[in-house]
Amino acid sequence: MNFNVLMENLPRRIAAPLAPEICEDLKVGDRLLIGGVVYTARDAAHQRIAAALARGDDPPFDLDGAVIFYAGPSPAPPGRPIGAIGPTTSYRMDPFTPLLLERGLRGMIGKGRRSEDVVRAIARHRAVYFGAIGGIAALMAKCVQRAEIVAYEDLGPEAVRRLEIVDLPVVVVNDARGGDLFARPADG
Amino acid sequence: MTTARDLSARCVAETVRELFLTANTVLPADVLAALEGAGERETNGLGRYVLERILENARVAHEEGMPLCQDTGLAVVFLEIGQDLHIVGGDLETAVQEGVRQAYRDGFLRASVCDPLTRHNTGDNTPAVLHTAIVPGDRLRITALPKGGGSENMSSVAMLVPAAGEAGIRAHVLDRVRQAGPNPCPPVIVGVGIGGSLDQAPVLAKQALLRPVGRPHPTDARLAAMEAALLEEINRLGIGPQGYGGEVTALAVHVEMRPCHIACLPVAVNLQCHAARHRTAIL
Repeated sequence: MNFNVLMENLPRRIAAPLAPEICEDLKVGDRLLIGGVVYTARDAAHQRIAAALARGDDPPFDLDGAVIFYAGPSPAPPGRPIGAIGPTTSYRMDPFTPLLLERGLRGMIGKGRRSEDVVRAIARHRAVYFGAIGGIAALMAKCVQRAEIVAYEDLGPEAVRRLEIVDLPVVVVNDARGGDLFARPADG
Repeated sequence: MTTARDLSARCVAETVRELFLTANTVLPADVLAALEGAGERETNGLGRYVLERILENARVAHEEGMPLCQDTGLAVVFLEIGQDLHIVGGDLETAVQEGVRQAYRDGFLRASVCDPLTRHNTGDNTPAVLHTAIVPGDRLRITALPKGGGSENMSSVAMLVPAAGEAGIRAHVLDRVRQAGPNPCPPVIVGVGIGGSLDQAPVLAKQALLRPVGRPHPTDARLAAMEAALLEEINRLGIGPQGYGGEVTALAVHVEMRPCHIACLPVAVNLQCHAARHRTAIL
């Protein structure tokens, strides 16, 4: 794949939560700016959400069309809505992802590659996995306008936060057709 | 006869605090220079875009005193303690842990340490991991290395067979970087520790990350040659910045080595993400 082709796709804006037709339209390598409402959840929050669903309890936020940002921000300094924020490596959430997709999750923002199971589940549920750049968290903090904890406050940085974001830059890594940006011969 | 020099535990704590505050917000000049060089070399447009954002982030973090990355790391502290130094007014380990606690609280740095089983956060990023060495002299050299979890997860130690030799070591390191792919936030710095024991090899690999980026091994020409060869092989993998393809997968390979048991060939690979944060002070 010629990666220079990717630069010809100028970023366009999409809004979260995601309408079903948006995912049909997205393809591997698309550069996008995400705005709207997303929820942070990473390792410990995923364990709790999965346990809640197994008990028959409601998830801590409406999963229908939702976008989860795999992130644990640093604490907000005075006068700022949030501290440094950026994606954590996504594969650690793979064991929980098919279940959440079944329950309506439509988008995930993270970094790194997903398991084959998850890539298939993303296609089956017509969802999308976005890659954000790791380690640019001072810059990415500027994309967050509001943040509030909505669940699991005791988890500290791993609590579930509702974020209002503007123009968060991402690339489509896995699309609803089963495409995978990271599936390349060089990866063996 | 040598008399011991006194150094207060409070001074140690204050220094550790300052080192972690600075390390988390200011990228070292050698790392910045390496990233700028990478931006000039990178031919893939998306890879270049990633490198530009990384450099822009470093400027913003420095100007605003914001952490470079939300993962402000497990606090790793290297201490070289002069044998003629005497810590007064408290014990050394407590002072270091106190400095870490204050830095993460005062700098709004993320508490990223938890109980391995319950996953309950300790709340103040302690305990830090300490590596100590007793050295000649009466000084204390402190290096703070906030180590991110994503790149640490892609690191490993392997006990190769001696017959694997240098070719086996190189193949192993290359395979580790290939398997890690986009996960450790490339472009990475690859720290390699060869020899010693099961426990010493990864410490060597971590110490290798502290060398100025891209400086060849200063005393062993064999290792300097291995570093250059590995860097070329790694950058032919095509993983690229953030895994989006390209020429620059690693900024540098640093190898450290010690003699090992005749039956063994330990090889540790410690990957460091592009936010290669560390600071040193000498007291």
